[in-house]
Amino acid sequence: MTERNSTIGKSTIGRIRQDFPILHQKVRGKPLAYLDNAATSQKPKQVIEALSRYYGVENSNIHRGVYYLSEQATAAYEAARVKAQRFLNAGSPSEVIFVRGTTEAINLVASSYGRLLLEPGDEVVISGMEHHSNIVPWQMLCESVGAKLCVAPIDDSGSLIVSEYEKLLGPRTKAVALVHVSNSLGTINDVKYLVGLAKKKSAVVLIDGAQAAPHMPIDVQDIGCDFYTISGHKMYGPTGIGVLYGRLELLEAMPPYQGGGEMIRSVTFEKTIYAPPPAKFEAGTPHIAGAIGMGVAIDYLQQLGWDFVHEREELLLRYALERLETVPGIRIIGSATSRASVVSFTLDGIHAHDIGTIVDQEGVAIRTGHHCTQPVMDFFGVPATARASFAFYNTAEEVDILVNALMEAREVFGR
Amino acid sequence: MEMRDLYQQVILDHNRSPRNFREIENADHMARGDNPLCGDKIKVYVKLNGDIIEDISFNGSGCAISQSSASLMTTAVKGKSIPEAEALFHKFHEMVTAGDDRPASRKELGKLAAFAGVREFPARVKCANLAWHTLHAALREQAEPVSTE
Repeated sequence: MTERNSTIGKSTIGRIRQDFPILHQKVRGKPLAYLDNAATSQKPKQVIEALSRYYGVENSNIHRGVYYLSEQATAAYEAARVKAQRFLNAGSPSEVIFVRGTTEAINLVASSYGRLLLEPGDEVVISGMEHHSNIVPWQMLCESVGAKLCVAPIDDSGSLIVSEYEKLLGPRTKAVALVHVSNSLGTINDVKYLVGLAKKKSAVVLIDGAQAAPHMPIDVQDIGCDFYTISGHKMYGPTGIGVLYGRLELLEAMPPYQGGGEMIRSVTFEKTIYAPPPAKFEAGTPHIAGAIGMGVAIDYLQQLGWDFVHEREELLLRYALERLETVPGIRIIGSATSRASVVSFTLDGIHAHDIGTIVDQEGVAIRTGHHCTQPVMDFFGVPATARASFAFYNTAEEVDILVNALMEAREVFGR
Repeated sequence: MEMRDLYQQVILDHNRSPRNFREIENADHMARGDNPLCGDKIKVYVKLNGDIIEDISFNGSGCAISQSSASLMTTAVKGKSIPEAEALFHKFHEMVTAGDDRPASRKELGKLAAFAGVREFPARVKCANLAWHTLHAALREQAEPVSTE
């Protein structure tokens, strides 16, 4: 690569890397090459400082306090909601519910809306590339109401077979849940088109955007989905915070997910009247610092700009694919034409877990295993893969270190 | 820690050509073991004569550490009594977790001492232990698959 062919200079990358304190350390005596961004991204100092500042001088409980600190914290929390609303281009802040992350968001929808919507014999359609978090909640729902879970298959490139998906959509399809970007294959689904097909059958559609949010602009109104979920920690924000976007009309019809403080308008022992959304779905004291930190992460991403993020990640992906293909015995899993900066692979005769341990000795952090997508592993006939996933702060040198470490693994195994 | 201290020749050899890698059709005991985090899956089969392990085998898939550990385990316990096998498991477990490095223990463990390096890699300890836990379950007729989680 790459820097040569890019409009983005090395000094720019160097400056951006300065924002991420964790990147400047040695692990096992080697400079850290953090290539596990799809599991969780690192946090810029702006986010870390926002968390520290919140707990250092701003901490108080929100919404009911009449004193200065509580008013400030409430304003900051609600300002983060507006940032998330703009990030997703949701119609109103009331459509933005703070949750722990994508997993909780999907569980919320499956439990609350799913039970309202589904009757025995109804169908829920998902795809063959879903993360366990977009399989299990629907499976639990289908089991409890006697509905059927239908799975749209993927092809050898790791792309959804759209014609098969379309065939599954029928009069009994009440809900469709699809991943925007696959965490194990990197495949980017044309969600706007897929949602359109589901809408012809009047199905309610949830899009799992956990892996899309760090890579591309999202416009929930343009996509046309009913629900969209993101996780703060995958987009340079804190763990334990995420957002469920839901269309207001649906959120208003849905029963609460959890009961408690904050989600009520009035409580007597005879009857509780719930607050309107989003409060209806935010029982208990939320992760206030997390929401504020997620808001700062959104600011950070927007300052970088999607053009920069895209150019950088595309270069890293192309370079990684080019270099990895030179490793003898490598099999790259997933070759969708539209893909994010995620590369899953296996090495002939070396289990992914052994690869992970060996490259770790060279300071390289990659994920190994089934990536919470066991059905994808089964489809490709592999027990596990190694996965390198890149963020804009990664470098061509880190790709080279990974490739050299894989050669070392081959040597250790006498391949 | 050098990679070759973990991936010793004997481990690589048993990974490449696992011993007793088959099913015993008329096994007295069988158990499944799963390592859900990395997807290792094995089955251990045991044929007893009294309390002597007359035959033992395994099959399944997993990383080099789990596969070679299963293979070496079968060679180590074949012909031993159940209490002797359990005692060996105990010693092995001590070595890969607490790091029992005494020469006497090493001698008792024989080739199994090749796994001493595993203790430097906490994430891999359960790979080494999987086959042993599964054998333990097989001998106790445990119906549910063993899980390292």
